[in-house]
Amino acid sequence: MEDIKKRIRTIKFWNSVFWITGLLSTFVGLALLFTLLTDLFMDGSLRLSYKFFTSFPSRFPAEAGILSAWVGSFLVLLVTAYAAIPLGVATGIYLEEYAGKNWLTDIIEINIANLAGVPSIVYGLLALGLFVYFFKFGESILTGGLALALLILPMVIMATREAIRAIPNSIREASYALGATKWQTVQSHIIPYSTGGILTGIIIGLSRAIGETAPIITVGALTFIAFLPSSPFSSEFPFISFKWLFDPFTVMPIQMFNWVSRPQQEFQLNAAAAGIVLMIMTLLMNGFAIYIRYRFRKKIKW
Amino acid sequence: MFKKFVLSMIAIIIMATVNVVVAGAEDKIIKIDGSSTVYPVTEAVAEEFQKAKKGAVKVTVGISGTGGGFKKFCRGETDISDASRPILKKEMDVCKEHGIEYIELPVAYDGLAVMVNPKNTWVTSMTVAELKTIWEPAAGGKITKWNHVKAEWPDAPLKLYGAGADSGTFDYFTEAIVGKAKSSRGDFTASEDDNVLVQGIAGDKNALGFFGLAYYEENRDKLKLVPIINPETGQSVFPSEKTVMDGTYQPLSRPIFIYVSKKAAGKPEIKEFVEYYLKNAAKLVQQVKYVPLPAKAYKLVEERFAKRKTGTLFGGEAKVGVKIEDLLKREEKGF
Repeated sequence: MEDIKKRIRTIKFWNSVFWITGLLSTFVGLALLFTLLTDLFMDGSLRLSYKFFTSFPSRFPAEAGILSAWVGSFLVLLVTAYAAIPLGVATGIYLEEYAGKNWLTDIIEINIANLAGVPSIVYGLLALGLFVYFFKFGESILTGGLALALLILPMVIMATREAIRAIPNSIREASYALGATKWQTVQSHIIPYSTGGILTGIIIGLSRAIGETAPIITVGALTFIAFLPSSPFSSEFPFISFKWLFDPFTVMPIQMFNWVSRPQQEFQLNAAAAGIVLMIMTLLMNGFAIYIRYRFRKKIKW
Repeated sequence: MFKKFVLSMIAIIIMATVNVVVAGAEDKIIKIDGSSTVYPVTEAVAEEFQKAKKGAVKVTVGISGTGGGFKKFCRGETDISDASRPILKKEMDVCKEHGIEYIELPVAYDGLAVMVNPKNTWVTSMTVAELKTIWEPAAGGKITKWNHVKAEWPDAPLKLYGAGADSGTFDYFTEAIVGKAKSSRGDFTASEDDNVLVQGIAGDKNALGFFGLAYYEENRDKLKLVPIINPETGQSVFPSEKTVMDGTYQPLSRPIFIYVSKKAAGKPEIKEFVEYYLKNAAKLVQQVKYVPLPAKAYKLVEERFAKRKTGTLFGGEAKVGVKIEDLLKREEKGF
C-alpha cells in the first residue's frame, strides 16, 4: 500500500514538473513578444498619424511617411495572390485527386517538400535570372510579386492538400455513385468543402510574404521612391490599365531597414512606427484566416 | 452567362496589356542606384527636384553599394550611379564592353571618423602607423590589448568595431590605413549598419571604431572623436567640416561622386536633374551632415558636365587622400 502511494506521488510530481516547464516555456515566447510590442509601441506610436500613411519618404524624419511603401507592399501582394493561388490550388487538387501513385508523383512530392525549405534569398536569385533578365519584366511590381509567389507556392500547395485530405472518402464515393465525373465531384464537393482550409493556408502564406525582404531586394526594389505606381484605371478605352505592373516599387520592410540605418534618432522612431503598421497588418491577416476557418467549419454539414 | 463574363474579362485584359506595350515609354523616370554613403545626398536632391518639377519627372534611388551600383550602371540599367570611391579598372572595362560612357562628377566630401568611448582617457591622438598596427591583417589575434599598440596605454582589452566588408567605407579605410583596399584583420565587430557600431562603442569603455562623420554628428554625446596626425604636417587634426574641406584632415577624408551616363545625359530631364543637383549640392549636402566642396569646385564640376567630359580623373585606381586642390588642378588640366 505504502509502495503504491509512493509511486503515485512520484508520478504526480513529474506530472506537475512537466506542467510547470510547459507553462514557463509558453511564457518565454509570450514575454518576448510582449516586450517587443511594448518597445515598438513606446517608440513608434507617437509617429502614427494620418500624415504618416499619406506622405512619401523624406530626408526630414518628421515629414517622412510610408505611402509608397504600403502601396508597394499591397500591390506586390496582389500579384503574389493572383499568381500563387490558381497555381497552388490546382497543383494541390491534381496531386490529391488525379495523380496516380507512381514515381513521377513521388518526385513532384519530394520536390515540393524541399521547395518549402529553400531559403528565401534563393527564390530572389531565381526571380532575378528568370523574370528580370530572361523575361525582361524589369525591376517591377510584377517581378517582385512573382518572386514572392514562388516563395509561398509550396505553402499553398501543402495547405490545399491537407484541406482536401480532411474530406472523408464517403463524400467522393457518394458523388461517383450518383454518376458524377471526377471534375464534377471536385467542382461541387471537394473545392467547396476544402475552401476554408485552403484560404487559411493562402492567407498565412501571404502574411509571410508581406514581411519578406531578401527576395525583394534581390530583384531590385528601390529605397527612395516618392511617387505612386500608375493608376489601374484609365480615362481611355478599355478603362483599366496594367501599366502599374511594370512600375518600380518599394515595400514596408525595405523602408524600415532604410530608416534603421540612418544616423538621426528620429528616423528610428519612424522605423518603429512602420514596424507597428507591418505587425498590425500581419496580425489582421492572421486573424482573418482564423475567422474564415471558423466560418467555413460551421457551414459544412456532413 | 459565366462564360461570357470570363471571355469579356480576357478581352479587356488583352486590350489593357496592348495599351501598356504601346504606351510604355511615356513616363520620365530617372534611375539612380549605388553607394549607401552617397544615398542621403542624392535622396535629398531627388526629393527637392521632384517637388520643384511637381511630379512631372520621377526619380528612384536604390542602395546597392558602390560596386553593385556600377554593375547595374555599366550594363546600362541605371542612368546615374552613386559612388563613394572612383570607378575601378575592372568596372571601367565592363562599361566599355557595353558601350557606356560616363561623366564623373564629385559632389561632396565625406570624412571617416575614428572613435572611442567618452570614458577612454588615454587616447589623445593617433597616428596612421598606430591605426595600421591595430587594423592590418597580421594584427588578428595578436594585438588584443591597448598596451600592445603603445606601451603607455593601459593593459585593457581592445574591442574593435568597423564598417562591413561590402561597404565603400571599409574599402576606403583599409586603403588609407593598411595600404591595400579590403585588407584588414577579421576579428572585429563588423556591421553595414553604422548605428550598431555607435551602440557598441557607446557601451564599451575599451572600444575603438570607425565610420562616416555624419554618424558622429548625430551621436556627439555618446562618443569621443580621436584626432589623427596628418602624416605630412605632423599635426593632430580633428575631423570637421573645416578640416575636411581644406584638406588638413588626411588621409581619412574622401570625395564622393555621382557618375552620369553620357547617353542618359542627352535626355532633357536627366540634364536638368544633374544641373539641379550641382546647383543645390552645397546647401543640401550640409543638411545631411556631409561636407560640401568649395563653391569654386562646384563651378568647375558644372563646367565639366556642360562639356560632357567623359572618363575618370583617377585612372581606375583606388587613391587615398585626394585633396581638393589636387582635384581642381586635375580639373584644370582636363580642360
